[in-house]
Amino acid sequence: MTTSTTTLSNDVPARPGRFGPYGGQFVPETLMPALKELAEANAAAADDAEFQATFDALARDFVGRPTPLYFASSLTARAGGAAIWLKREDLAHTGAHKINNALGQGLLARHMGKRRIIAETGAGQHGVATATVCAKLGLECIVYMGEDDIQRQSPNVFRMKLLGAEVRSVRSGSRTLKDAINEAIRDWVTNVAATFYVIGSVVGPHPYPTMVRDFQSVIGREARAQSLAQCGRLPDAVIACVGGGSNAMGIFHPFRKDESVRLIGVEAGGDGLASGRHAAPLSAGRPGVLHGALSYLMQDGDGQVIETHSISAGLDYPGVGPEHAWLKDTGRATYVAVDDATALKGFELACRNEGIIPALETAHAIAYAAEYAATRPPSEMIIVNCSGRGDKDLATVASRLGVTL
Amino acid sequence: MSSRIAETFAKRRAAGTLALIGWQTIGYPTLDAARTLVPSLIDGGFDLIELGVPFSDPQADGTTIQRASFEALRQGATTGVALETVHSLRAAGVVAPLVFMSYYNPILSRGLDRFAAESAAAGVDGLIVPDLPPEESGDLSRALEGHGIDLIFLVAPTTPDERLAAVAARARGFVYCVSLAGVTGARSSLPEYLPEYLARVRRFTDLPLAVGFGVSRPEHVASLRGVADAAIVASAIIDRIDGVDAARQPEILRAFASELRKAAG
Repeated sequence: MTTSTTTLSNDVPARPGRFGPYGGQFVPETLMPALKELAEANAAAADDAEFQATFDALARDFVGRPTPLYFASSLTARAGGAAIWLKREDLAHTGAHKINNALGQGLLARHMGKRRIIAETGAGQHGVATATVCAKLGLECIVYMGEDDIQRQSPNVFRMKLLGAEVRSVRSGSRTLKDAINEAIRDWVTNVAATFYVIGSVVGPHPYPTMVRDFQSVIGREARAQSLAQCGRLPDAVIACVGGGSNAMGIFHPFRKDESVRLIGVEAGGDGLASGRHAAPLSAGRPGVLHGALSYLMQDGDGQVIETHSISAGLDYPGVGPEHAWLKDTGRATYVAVDDATALKGFELACRNEGIIPALETAHAIAYAAEYAATRPPSEMIIVNCSGRGDKDLATVASRLGVTL
Repeated sequence: MSSRIAETFAKRRAAGTLALIGWQTIGYPTLDAARTLVPSLIDGGFDLIELGVPFSDPQADGTTIQRASFEALRQGATTGVALETVHSLRAAGVVAPLVFMSYYNPILSRGLDRFAAESAAAGVDGLIVPDLPPEESGDLSRALEGHGIDLIFLVAPTTPDERLAAVAARARGFVYCVSLAGVTGARSSLPEYLPEYLARVRRFTDLPLAVGFGVSRPEHVASLRGVADAAIVASAIIDRIDGVDAARQPEILRAFASELRKAAG
């Protein structure tokens, strides 16, 4: 039997959706036909001019694309080195890059005739983006969210409800993003025929890591063109935070063949890598299988997934997209970790110097960019993916700073 | 190829009765509970026991087995404990086939070759990996070769004919027929399409067909006679012992097993 995406012969099993050894489809058999259907529909949509025109029009008029590439002059002066430019995904509708992927998958779901949408969310940004797209496209929306995340991201929970989504609290396991994904997978297994699972990052079984990357690559395509148009050159480095890794893959991918451009992913260092309380699988994990793919994973010696820690709910995830694992192993991208305290400094730097309240996820990238810029000459140029805005994080930051709201 | 699994099914087939596959989560409700509960299940009438190796992220399981899995991990259950359990059951004279049910990551983490060798040495007859479809099974199949351990594949009502053919080509021991689109857990009734679905699977393989997910009552077991070779009962076993004094658990499981045995013929 041969299909466009998977060859399942009786002798040598093919390994679909691989990035080197990483990726794959480690899911219950019940879902395998659905993944094939999805891969085929996604491939067809990529070649469908009408689908692409619909996506482009909504990306422009509903999301507000293109987002600006903006010279952070004060942050640059403060860091004292290379020029820091921000790709302003925080200005996209719903306040983060997540809407790019939610829009793409939402349109695909409608195209496939699946009117029941499920999604998982950690910080709530992907949940809000999915709820927004479902409201716009008239689709039913159910969002799984860990009980702990519901506590720390309550404004986003309310936003999802306002947009007509049902938010289901997940009380199993660590009650965060990883468990919300488990519960969404269980829902999908149970309701597979009529349901479309909108995964929020470049994780999960094939075709998700590729599909989500492709919907998010609009970030990097714009940034590359804007860099050439506004600066007459490509950047020397592109820096993005990495939880599952969708904003990073989205901005990295169009630069992957530009060998002069360093790609740097910033993971959540939590209380510090030495403490073991962090969410940095690329920096301190080893390969394993979670949520349908082989990639770097935070796990104990027995292969049990361990609980992660980060001040940022959106980075608080023990796995990472399989393409990042491959970019790390091949050396095309470099991955570093920034701890909670340093991320908070990055948060304050952006607030005070640029008048931008970034998401705590984004603050990790900004903090590292400021440190990195200081080590590079003023002739160099850095693009930081300003992946989201920080309104949702005000309560978390206030509590860290000892302020009662 | 495991002779214990093949012989067990051959005997049931010859007698015209249904084989019964039971379940024990390693480390639940206590770390060494399997040493007393597994013999009780077998005494009462189960032919083969699935031993669940606990995992932190059991995505194919419903709330009952999830809860057992989390509690077992809390008690300190590991892959090593699972292997020791099989060793001790064999030492105690258990001859029934014992099959591990493990998600892929604990196996991968231990090392495929090491896991295969240790399982064989302990006396494991088969392995069910719910998140390992045939496309991803090549490495593990190779590691299990020559160890006498059957890699048992799952099929589902959503599995199309071309995938059934591919599964049949790789399947060893028996084929695990998932009864419904969903996760594990007791249900009040079994789907009406089962006979038709099992007949479709049957066209692709002569291996025994075992039906699981939702099978929890004697009448479910009775309804599978003549359409399947085995009934798999898992969550219902945990449900029976939850909240029951440890001293009474073996007797309760023995009674439940013999009730199911009567229905199985």
